[in-house]
Amino acid sequence: MEAVLFGHNRPDRAVTFDEYCAEGGFAALRRALAELSPAEVQQAVIDSGMRGRGGAGFPTGKKWSFVPRNLPGPRYLICNCDEMEPGTYKDRILLEKNPYLLVEGMALASYALGVQHAFVFIRRGYEQAARNLRRSVAEALSAGLLGDRILGSGFSLELDLHQSAGRYICGEETALMNALEGKRANPRAKPPFPAIKGLWGQPTVVNNVETLANIPAIISQGPAWWKGQGATPEAAGTKLFCVSGHVRQPHCMELPLGTSLGEIIDGPCRGMRPGSVFKACIPGGASTPYFTGEHWQVAMDFDPVAKAGSRLGTGGIVVFDQNTCMVAATLNLIRFFARESCGWCTPCREGLPFVRHTLEKIENGYGAADDIEILREHVHQLNYAFCALAPGAMGPLEGLLRLFEDELREHISARTCPFKTR
Amino acid sequence: MIPESLRHELQQRVAQAVTPREAAVDVLKELQAHYGWLSDEAVVEAAAILGLTPLQVEELATFYEMIYRRPVGRTVVHVCDSISCWAMGGETLLSQLEQRLGIMAGGTTADGALTLLPCSCLGNCGDGPALMVSEQLHGPVTLDSALKILGRF
Ligand SMILES: Cc1cc2nc3c(=O)[nH]c(=O)nc-3n(C[C@H](O)[C@H](O)[C@H](O)COP(=O)(O)O)c2cc1C
Ligand code: SF4
Ligand code: FES
Repeated sequence: MEAVLFGHNRPDRAVTFDEYCAEGGFAALRRALAELSPAEVQQAVIDSGMRGRGGAGFPTGKKWSFVPRNLPGPRYLICNCDEMEPGTYKDRILLEKNPYLLVEGMALASYALGVQHAFVFIRRGYEQAARNLRRSVAEALSAGLLGDRILGSGFSLELDLHQSAGRYICGEETALMNALEGKRANPRAKPPFPAIKGLWGQPTVVNNVETLANIPAIISQGPAWWKGQGATPEAAGTKLFCVSGHVRQPHCMELPLGTSLGEIIDGPCRGMRPGSVFKACIPGGASTPYFTGEHWQVAMDFDPVAKAGSRLGTGGIVVFDQNTCMVAATLNLIRFFARESCGWCTPCREGLPFVRHTLEKIENGYGAADDIEILREHVHQLNYAFCALAPGAMGPLEGLLRLFEDELREHISARTCPFKTR
Repeated sequence: MIPESLRHELQQRVAQAVTPREAAVDVLKELQAHYGWLSDEAVVEAAAILGLTPLQVEELATFYEMIYRRPVGRTVVHVCDSISCWAMGGETLLSQLEQRLGIMAGGTTADGALTLLPCSCLGNCGDGPALMVSEQLHGPVTLDSALKILGRF
């Protein structure tokens, strides 16, 4: 594998505009504007097999193709840098190391989509990333790589930054559009999908930071080359994995998509920290069902992870050792989701606090045998919520019930958390 | 009341937006920076600048984790309580901080210097347990290094 996203990285600071340009930066944009039609750029993204890096893995080229070609009025591109899914910090690292990839990627995507006004929606707390982006936008503007008639072509693009004030639901694409418009960020009904009716009612594409940052390489090196960076014939491209928890060296790394879980932990993370033995992990951010030792060989790619009962999600891997109580871990996750529920629909607003209460009971030794059935029912019922937050919250709970039912039962029969008395 | 210069600055920000309320979060943040928190007076001022009703501003102000609708200390210490930090001892860190600062989570020290607030994932999960103090991320922190960051050591 060759680094696609981290190739320009310096160890201790962000790459500079001059360094990025000297290493081939903005060559893809130059080439596209000189030689390629918007349709050809879009075709390259389709051919690359790129699947969105924001969590759902939707094919990027296909998403772009939903935008109607000849509707009047503006259309928008939004880069989703809300990144509030616990265990996920890859977009922050990417922007702290190299904001230019995103600027160039957004310019290419905007060209392909006929967008003249694009936004980066960035969470609170990412001040360094936001400063980097502001600087890189200003540099690109003065180099004629953004703004009016870019590089003398007919293509113009305004790129704005929206800094949010902290709320997980703002990452959901329709809630994000409400947030950007300055409204309370409850999700919108779908359909109509954003590609038809999005920001201010106009066609809109929402893509993740990592997704857009890959576009320059797809154009400059070609889709076949890009696709070939995966670890398996099916896996297209590289992936940022951000690891946290009980490993020796938790960090954010770029690896071939499809690298196995075991290789990630034993390789770049240098195994478990001293005294720790692997028990389980969250494979792709807080809303994904657990993996255990039996999943060590699973290729970390969308379909293999789904086949193994979880989701690749954001690539945020949270590793737990033998002393971790999985009931307590799940309770922590459910507390997060219950707090971050936007309150719009009843299953989520009422259901998540009830699940939290039930898990608290069990963790504190007051659980009853039928609580397990009640939890199982909620995993099912919360799928009927208005947006994907509540079903996502059920990911780890479903994993707990499937993989750690023994541990739940032990809490109930011992009338205490076995990890507290051990 | 905010100074005329700030009002003018915010009106310009609003004028540049696609629609006035697109600038709402920016305006709330600026007013919060001026008052230290988003006071009732600030809500009314924001509404006037944005062309919204105070209720519409309230809908937004109460939605976001980093907009404070109650007075806070001069520095707010956000302690991440999400999963990666939890795995690395975040709960212990929070209770130790409560003890050493003599306040409960959500409280403000008697001298009005510090407010301690648990918060959702800060996106610093690889360096847990993590804190955010004055928009700056820190981690991994111990009780001692946290107190040092807060100038309380
Ligand atoms: C509750 C919730 C939070 C989300 N948060 C994010 C986020 O922070 N960043 C992100 O890129 N996608 C997030 N998503 C997914 C977005 O809705 C959307 O699918 C994604 O931004 C599309 O980008 P992609 O096609 O490049 O993957 C979230 C979804 C839900 C339901
Ligand atoms: S599922 Fe939760 S977050 Fe989504 S709309 Fe319903 S209440 Fe809001
Ligand atoms: S879980 Fe604490 S910073 Fe992400």
